[in-house]
Amino acid sequence: MNNWQNIEEGSIISHDIKKSPKTGDWRYMKPAVDKKSCIGCGQCFSFCPEAAIDYDVERKADIDYDVCKGCGVCATACPRGAIKMTKNS
Amino acid sequence: MTDKKNNLALTGGAAAAEALKQINPDVMPVYPITPQTPIIETFAKFVADGEADTEMIEVESEHSAMSADVGADAAGARAATASSSQGIMLMAEILPIASGMRLPILMLVSARAISAPINIHGDHQDVMFVRDAGWIQIFSENAQEVHDNTFIALKLAEKVRLPAMVIMDGFQTSHSVENLEILDNVAARKFIGEYTAKNTLLDFENPKTFGPVALPNSYFEFKRAQVEAMNGVIGEIGEIFGEFGKISGRNYDIFESYRLDDAEKAIVVVGSTAGTAKVAIDELREQNEKVGLLKIKLFRPFPYKRIAEALKNVKEIAVLDRTVSFGSIPPIFSEIVNATGRKDLQSCVFGLGGREIFVEDLKKIFEGNWGERGNLGVKFIGLK
Repeated sequence: MNNWQNIEEGSIISHDIKKSPKTGDWRYMKPAVDKKSCIGCGQCFSFCPEAAIDYDVERKADIDYDVCKGCGVCATACPRGAIKMTKNS
Repeated sequence: MTDKKNNLALTGGAAAAEALKQINPDVMPVYPITPQTPIIETFAKFVADGEADTEMIEVESEHSAMSADVGADAAGARAATASSSQGIMLMAEILPIASGMRLPILMLVSARAISAPINIHGDHQDVMFVRDAGWIQIFSENAQEVHDNTFIALKLAEKVRLPAMVIMDGFQTSHSVENLEILDNVAARKFIGEYTAKNTLLDFENPKTFGPVALPNSYFEFKRAQVEAMNGVIGEIGEIFGEFGKISGRNYDIFESYRLDDAEKAIVVVGSTAGTAKVAIDELREQNEKVGLLKIKLFRPFPYKRIAEALKNVKEIAVLDRTVSFGSIPPIFSEIVNATGRKDLQSCVFGLGGREIFVEDLKKIFEGNWGERGNLGVKFIGLK
């Protein structure tokens, strides 16, 4: 615990990106994209609360599992049912 | 320094806007309120004419204005605003956030009465209401001081990383046209310099959290550190006054002593009334009355030691407040009692809601019987 003489000015806290916690660590359920069914519409991008989805090289949904918390909104939002939630392993 | 083209006749509000034009802040969210309008309407014209390239944001309230200032400043921008009265009251929630995050926001204040009853005229109730918000507060006597204090306060704020208010009296200063000398553009910009924030939200290589939660195990330490930062202002402001004196020829201090050296009776006052008091003092001095004035400029932080030193030989002191503290003694009076350790001072409250105070009233204060001294009684000057 810092004392008042060396505590962060203005309670502004610096972060070391390398040590930043990955929100993906919290995940219980994991979304899996069926790349064959995905039409690349991007609907899931705008619903994802973590902005964890982007296109892969073939313009299909690609999930960043470091930050995906497994909420399942993408699976519900997908018009083709191309995203299925499975138990995180 | 004697360049005539820099001598202008301006209202206090326009004098502040001229300074803002030279400062050219990055962001200025504003919401109009009388009597702050001359500041922002004059500055908005400069922006519309391309003389300043500030991002002016027309927000939906003063609460939003100060919130936008906090966001802009945390992002690393030089941010300013201006307000009065109920506007300051609405900002009150955000003011300690600005100071707690150590954001050097500049706010011009045209001080005005607060409701109820509603009144748009000048007194100091609004700025005194937020005196514990952790902001530096500098009072101005006239348009010249408003112009100069705007630069001084911004430089000071950025040096110590605390927000600052430059206060002028509503209408008496903000709307009255006076002659003043504005700074030379090059000198002004050099004095202010480029702003580089110590911490910014937009530094992606060094990510930071502003405004985290601090629980009982750390909140106290953050506040103690903020107390220290505020106390440090008095040690920094002298150098800035000195530097300002070199470019302007106008030498200021944290307060002004006027004919105080051999004074037996003195009044302490802030704001435009100091000008009226100087006339009263000159007239009384012609009748060999040993009277003087101490005009406070820096009110927060309050320079206790130096003020006690300045007043130590004065036999009788009256402290004039343009505000009231219900159920207590008025704030400047309270500070002077604390600074001097004396209980024999006279408190005078005057000018609430823009009630005028004349040279004769001030002479009467000097000549009057300060009989209620000893029990910290308050006299109401100009009351019907």
